[in-house]
Amino acid sequence: MRDVAIMGYAQSPQVREARGLNEVEMLMPVLQAALADAHMTLADIDFVCSGSCDYIAGGAFSFVGALDAVGATPCMQESHVEMDAAWALYESWLKIQSGHIRTALIYGFAKASNGSLPDILSQQLDPYYLAPLWPDSISLAALQANLLLQTGRYAQRDFAEVVVDSRRHALANPNAQLKGEVTVEALLAEPMLAPPLRKHDCCPISDGASAMVIAAGEVAQSLADRPVYIRGIDHRMEVHQLGQRDLTTSVSTRQAADRAGVGEDKIELAELYAPFSPQTLILQESLGLRPDVVVNPSGGPLAGHIFMCAGLDRFGEAARRIRAGTADRAVAHATSGPCLQHNMVAVLEGK
Amino acid sequence: MAHRVAVVGVGQTVRYRTKINASLAGLVREAALEALADAECTWSDIDALILGKAPDMFEGVVMPEIYLAEALGGVGKPVLRVHTAGSVGGSTAIVAATHVASGLFKRVLTVTFEKQSESNAHWALSPSLPFRAHFNSGAGGMFAPILREYIHRNRCPADVGCMVALKDRKHALRNPRAHLQIKDISLQMVKDSPMLWEPIRFLETCPSSDGACALVLCSEDLAERSVRPPAWVHGMAMRSEPGFYPWREEVYPHATRECAKDLYQQAGIQNPRKDFDVAEVYVPFSWFEPLWLENLGFADRGQGWKLTETGATSLDQGGDIPWNCSGGVLSSNPIGASGMIRFAEAALQVRGMAGAHQVDGARKALGHAYGAHNQFFAMWVVAADKP
Repeated sequence: MRDVAIMGYAQSPQVREARGLNEVEMLMPVLQAALADAHMTLADIDFVCSGSCDYIAGGAFSFVGALDAVGATPCMQESHVEMDAAWALYESWLKIQSGHIRTALIYGFAKASNGSLPDILSQQLDPYYLAPLWPDSISLAALQANLLLQTGRYAQRDFAEVVVDSRRHALANPNAQLKGEVTVEALLAEPMLAPPLRKHDCCPISDGASAMVIAAGEVAQSLADRPVYIRGIDHRMEVHQLGQRDLTTSVSTRQAADRAGVGEDKIELAELYAPFSPQTLILQESLGLRPDVVVNPSGGPLAGHIFMCAGLDRFGEAARRIRAGTADRAVAHATSGPCLQHNMVAVLEGK
Repeated sequence: MAHRVAVVGVGQTVRYRTKINASLAGLVREAALEALADAECTWSDIDALILGKAPDMFEGVVMPEIYLAEALGGVGKPVLRVHTAGSVGGSTAIVAATHVASGLFKRVLTVTFEKQSESNAHWALSPSLPFRAHFNSGAGGMFAPILREYIHRNRCPADVGCMVALKDRKHALRNPRAHLQIKDISLQMVKDSPMLWEPIRFLETCPSSDGACALVLCSEDLAERSVRPPAWVHGMAMRSEPGFYPWREEVYPHATRECAKDLYQQAGIQNPRKDFDVAEVYVPFSWFEPLWLENLGFADRGQGWKLTETGATSLDQGGDIPWNCSGGVLSSNPIGASGMIRFAEAALQVRGMAGAHQVDGARKALGHAYGAHNQFFAMWVVAADKP
């Protein structure tokens, strides 16, 4: 396997509504910042790959206009996934493995304030038996949380503790949408939104964009002081019908973690794309993370959630800390689909 | 260095036409099962699933890989969903081939589809995004000015477009899968059909089709043990450019010429007209054939229409470089699958499995797809011989 390193990363502020900005305008400064972070220009980039969702933009082919932000003139090798940009990263990583390219620029964007994200997500369900009922993403996560409580492994207090950690970690993240010192007691006094979930158990919905630059090992060594290597990366899909899988665990996360080599050495921190607080607990278990592993030091998706970027952001936030020297080995995780149906796990290392 | 990749399984919908009674899962399974049977393997032999289609709004299912993975044996496997506008069928095949070329996957299944009967493509292709130009013109209205410019610059006879339509509609009569089967098609019938977007008449336009296409791609060692002849991938390339910028050349887009240059370099193509035995090229509106003939180097600048006029691209007229023997996009257009059908038909030709539209002794073929505002391109070269 060819060495591949994360060279640069940038994220826009995560805000509830980016007033007066369209997708291209949100993207442009982020792309420039990611390239600058990697000590590169567009001329150094062999391949561009993005992740976005037409239903968020409210029109077909929304990624086509976003290409304007790259300034890909006269032309570039380019591709797009209608998935979280973490999967654009995966496609780029594969392309480097195949030897066709050495560097890639990856980006994602979403202006979710255009519509209602939980309702849009109900339309990614089975179009014949589920979608016509409009079960929104919050209600489905609440079903999952109820099942988790019924196992007796966790109580509502544990959900609140995840939120307390997230809000506190986010204090150090200038791009975070939600941050602050809160107590478990105060959170548990809040009203229910979709029992047993309270509003703070659910990720906020953010407008924003993120970008990343990756490069093959030989490029990384010549340009970066401390390259962050993707030591292992894998993703796995699960069955769609919610009644057919155990929602209190994540089989696909475990499968991906095994293949990515999570258990081969000590993990110091993990950035997990858990849009709902109970899912953080499920993922921690399925990844086999020990209690001393710092989870979501950026605040994670509960502090800011750019749909279509939130997976890529986990890679970016983990890599940022390895580059800063606060960790040597970290897990980055991305998810897609209702109740953690599809999961990606990667191991990032600074050595 | 990239690992070798071969096509060992091809599957297509029995016939590309409106399938009101088929579910989305049923539609994609039809093609996938045929590809698996061709490759003599089963779901459990597949390491990854790569899905592609055009905008989700065509069927109203957001990120449909979430729902479809199960129907395509994707549970427990990596599943990726590609979307690059009209070129997506080609791009998806290339992303799938990249899985094998990386050396990390031995055998992958890739499936593309569209069920246009679920919506109205004309309006779905007329996006009105905030702060962007509104066309409300459908694809035909968007491309017509480019084709008029091609005709104007090259002083083409007015009926070359009708000749392309006649040729591809005749080719379609050899392909039982083709959506449009117009038994009594004639040049006069094409000319007499209503003008939709000058210079494109009704019969010079692709239909709205339902259908799916699937490929099984595998590594060199598996391809060598393949029951049926493999089609070896000799090169693959993708290029994109923004749809609008001041000095953009729309008739001869920079991206398509760069894409072809990269592709031909990988595959050792010196003279496309001589080196290829057959080509499946994305021609959704008749006049795109001469335009692509020039962009892809089969003819000199300004000379492409002469190849069409003299029958060089016609299987029925015994042309030296038949284009779109399957009937092409003009005869079947399940948009998300259309690019992959080009790639698949190219593979079938070099495997000698194209049936009544087989070009005798075809050894090397081009598959091509383009999308959006003449700006996204995906191409591959497949051959009977190992690279």
